[in-house]
Amino acid sequence: MSQSLTSLPPYAGPVEKAWYVIFRVICAFVFLFLIAPILIIIPLSFNAVPYFTFTSEMLAFDPAGYSTRWYEMFLTDDRWMNSVKNSIIVAFFATLLATFLGTLAALGLSRSHMPARTFFMSVLISPMIVPLIITAAGIYFFYATVGLTDSLLGIILAHTALGTPFVVITVTATLIGFDQSLTRASAMLGASPSTTFFKVIMPLILPGVISGALFAFVTSFDEVVVVLFIALNPEEYTIPRQMWSGIREQISPAILAVATCLIGLSIALMTVIELLRRRSERLRGMTPQ
Amino acid sequence: MTHLLRTTAVALALGGFAAGAATAEPLTVVSWGGAYSKSQVEAYHKPYTEKTGTEIVSADYNGGLAEIKAQVESGNVTWDLVDVELSDAVRGCDEGLLEPIDASMLPPAPDGTPATEDFLPGTLTDCAVATIVWSTIYAYDATQFGDTKPTTLEDFFDTEKFPGKRGMRKTPKVNLEFALMADGVPADEVYEVLSTPEGVDRAFAKLDTIKDDVIWWEAGAQPPQMLADGEVVMTTAYNGRIFNAIAGEDKPFNIVWDGQVWDLDLWVIPTGAPNKEEALEFIKFSTDTQRLADQASWISYGPARKSSVPLIGSYHNKPDLAMGPHMPTAPENFENAVQNDFEFWADYQVELNERFNAWLAQ
Amino acid sequence: MAQATVDELQGLTTADGTPLRQALHRAERRAKVRAFLLVAPLLVFLTVTFIYPIAQMLFRSVHDATIVELLPRTAEAFPAWEDRTQLPPESVFAAFAADLKETRENRTIGQVATRVNFEEGGLRSTFTRTARHIDDVEDPPSWRDWLIEDNADWGKLDTWAVLERLSHPINALQYLAAVDLEYNTQGEVVAVPPERQIYVPIFVRTLWMSLLVTGMTLLLGYPIAYFLATLPLRTSNLLMIMVLLPFWTSLLVRTTSWIVILGTEGVLNDILVWAGILSDEGRIQLIYNQTGTVIAMTQILLPFMVLPLYSVMKTISPSYMRAAMSLGAPRFLAFWRVYAPNTLPGVGAGALLVFILSIGYYITPALVGGRTGQMISNFIAFHMQSSLNWGLAAALGGILLAGVLILYALYNRLVGVEKLSLG
Repeated sequence: MSQSLTSLPPYAGPVEKAWYVIFRVICAFVFLFLIAPILIIIPLSFNAVPYFTFTSEMLAFDPAGYSTRWYEMFLTDDRWMNSVKNSIIVAFFATLLATFLGTLAALGLSRSHMPARTFFMSVLISPMIVPLIITAAGIYFFYATVGLTDSLLGIILAHTALGTPFVVITVTATLIGFDQSLTRASAMLGASPSTTFFKVIMPLILPGVISGALFAFVTSFDEVVVVLFIALNPEEYTIPRQMWSGIREQISPAILAVATCLIGLSIALMTVIELLRRRSERLRGMTPQ
Repeated sequence: MTHLLRTTAVALALGGFAAGAATAEPLTVVSWGGAYSKSQVEAYHKPYTEKTGTEIVSADYNGGLAEIKAQVESGNVTWDLVDVELSDAVRGCDEGLLEPIDASMLPPAPDGTPATEDFLPGTLTDCAVATIVWSTIYAYDATQFGDTKPTTLEDFFDTEKFPGKRGMRKTPKVNLEFALMADGVPADEVYEVLSTPEGVDRAFAKLDTIKDDVIWWEAGAQPPQMLADGEVVMTTAYNGRIFNAIAGEDKPFNIVWDGQVWDLDLWVIPTGAPNKEEALEFIKFSTDTQRLADQASWISYGPARKSSVPLIGSYHNKPDLAMGPHMPTAPENFENAVQNDFEFWADYQVELNERFNAWLAQ
Repeated sequence: MAQATVDELQGLTTADGTPLRQALHRAERRAKVRAFLLVAPLLVFLTVTFIYPIAQMLFRSVHDATIVELLPRTAEAFPAWEDRTQLPPESVFAAFAADLKETRENRTIGQVATRVNFEEGGLRSTFTRTARHIDDVEDPPSWRDWLIEDNADWGKLDTWAVLERLSHPINALQYLAAVDLEYNTQGEVVAVPPERQIYVPIFVRTLWMSLLVTGMTLLLGYPIAYFLATLPLRTSNLLMIMVLLPFWTSLLVRTTSWIVILGTEGVLNDILVWAGILSDEGRIQLIYNQTGTVIAMTQILLPFMVLPLYSVMKTISPSYMRAAMSLGAPRFLAFWRVYAPNTLPGVGAGALLVFILSIGYYITPALVGGRTGQMISNFIAFHMQSSLNWGLAAALGGILLAGVLILYALYNRLVGVEKLSLG
């Protein structure tokens, strides 16, 4: 149905033909601009020498030009491994907490009786909007007075706050198409509120909850500004914090190896989200044609 | 609320995922990272652990008092020992952020000279014990510039004779001194001139001449990296970092000692450090004559004790590379040198930082 | 609407005799409370871990009790200083001397000196040196004479004016400093000397760079959003990955890759040299400056522009444009007059979001900004971590936050926060 806009009608003149080609070239360049910086890191992380550019051996596809030494360096370095462990612990608990709090709030916000909904919604979304440096500065002073700096717990709480907006947004979005009469029907058929929740509401909002959780997970996994301020000891460093030191001080290609691993993780998470989104739309009968 | 949070913290810690649940209290020693931290690990930390069994956690920072201040003010100090510059040692002591250290408890020299006389003048303060003399110099890539190589500070500022990018630390400290000396101010008058508004203007005017050619660095490990990557052809740097790139990685770098600005690194203990007694023991151990001399075979920083100088050997894995001539304090390197004036910087740092930042932003 | 329904029901009762109106009211109130109770846990959590800490931090920008707490006698004596064209009376000097002795004993002199030095460079050593000397002095005939004798700075009106201003725990000094203003000796607010003016230019630069990034993302995002919206779903879903992958990839990873690409020895320069466009000596500096920062930020924020544009364009029926064209409008005119106006909500949503996110950016400018690409966040971090002038950091943060919140309110009004979509 949208054919007429992107493919040319047979009667198109030379100007239109030229524009058609130019437009596609422009789009190709923008897509390249978006994706190239991410993909370029992958081959470079297999560089055999500590440079950040393609060596002649690499361009000639000489196996000697490639090596997995930076991956070995990453996987055998105690600091990196410790940061991986920290990142997983922090992201796991922050996600759990954010998902729980965020889902509850989204259920409340979606009720038609919710008072001052727009106001509360904007307050709950604000951690996503307030510049991170301000959040980090505030948390830094506050944690210092209550003794939460230098602990994973402090980072978990901060990341929970930063992750909740995503859960609120995604779960609220799944509830937009939610037919309230379903809960009434369930109640009328004799189901208890908890049965209604687990048997009727939960299956419907689950895709939103999971994608919100994944967003919260990625947010925590990627966050560095707050960690920069409150993790004073390398024992509490997360992966991004360790990368930050690496980029600022000694850019070794080990950073690229880590980056490649993170890209792999992003691709995996993105795939999950995309599958969930489709499932959710199908369930709610919203698949656009 | 504070109480509630603490209780939660405890509850969660019992749950088993709050970090730092103490086992056998290791000592947290914080320093500047890279080759410098390595020299301390090799010369101090390893022998200390061997001797006492106390484990040492070595952490990196980028200098300054921010972390110490945050820890002390929150009453939640986790660092036991920090390696700081002289100006921070003095300011931190004034602000009550550092524990006083009684210098008379330090071990005497092997010949019995008391520590207070064995240390170089000015290297012991109320709250700090110096370990090394280090210096900011500039270094260049020897593969550049054909036959005429840079030899003076003027050359660093002469982009016509020696074209190419320069690296400089992103702070007014040392850069203003370099600029004045390059502009013809004798080393011993630098701070006198810099105390006047005209002197500051003069220094900034000199910096203006190379402003567009400068790439600014912040961490000590960056300048050798920038030289190696070809991002710059010459850069100011800490002399030890450049030496290690030359000796350890066979990089073709040369150091220019003319107009070097030297400073001290000192051990301090943040007020309320968790293992204060152990930290004091570590200071005694690491600043004895032999240990200071040992460190000098890992990095080219001069020991703060007179009695260590004769014991300085050769580079740790190159027996024919004597370390003596590479020290900032070696006579031939020391001809035209300035000591960083901590009092001047403690006074004018804020003002000059503002001006420097404004100048950078223009 | 609910109100009207209730009015119509007047006079009716429920089975147990309660007026129906009242019963409905009660039910509605209960439903409201129940809805609110679901939101409450998160609200409480965010208040404790997010809103309160920020408020407390911002309070530092107007509140500073260093001098009142550490020099209490002096602060108390200042009201006796009436003629501000003269030095303060002896009572102030005497109170100050007593305070100074105490700060020396308590090792708090450094805190006083540091605070004063933020206002007037060089005063730090005046305080610490005099404090060192004052230990052994017992009640001289005049503290005023002794102090001026010890250091000429004590005979300067400026020194005392600074101290007096700081003796008010609530003051606007940090906000003045944050907009490049200060008090002169006469107590008037004046601009700081031009060579020290820094924050206003930085705020201007931050706005300018954010505008630039917003403009660039719009320029690049519009065509591909249009392209995606008009392609068959199967193809556009596939191409959408190219937009979503950057969205999901770590910010640090993307910043790292820009360092790798744009460095003078980086991939792009290598390609240009290899292609003969540049000579090996003529490599261009693309990173560690404003250009590099804007390029990297544009790529990083592009998905935030494309996604809202795409979702709006998706709803525009292609028949509008076909109708315009069949009525004789050339393709471009049809696009400009019919299609483009319909995309304005998407443009507004995307542009505002990108702009809001840009002005608070910290990581990318810090890593690739060099000298000319630093933004206001970087200066907040500088005062938090290096200069330790936390009051000034809070004041700069307060201004930035005010700006962001205004834009956020605008976004709420124009777009609606519930429209924030995440892919």
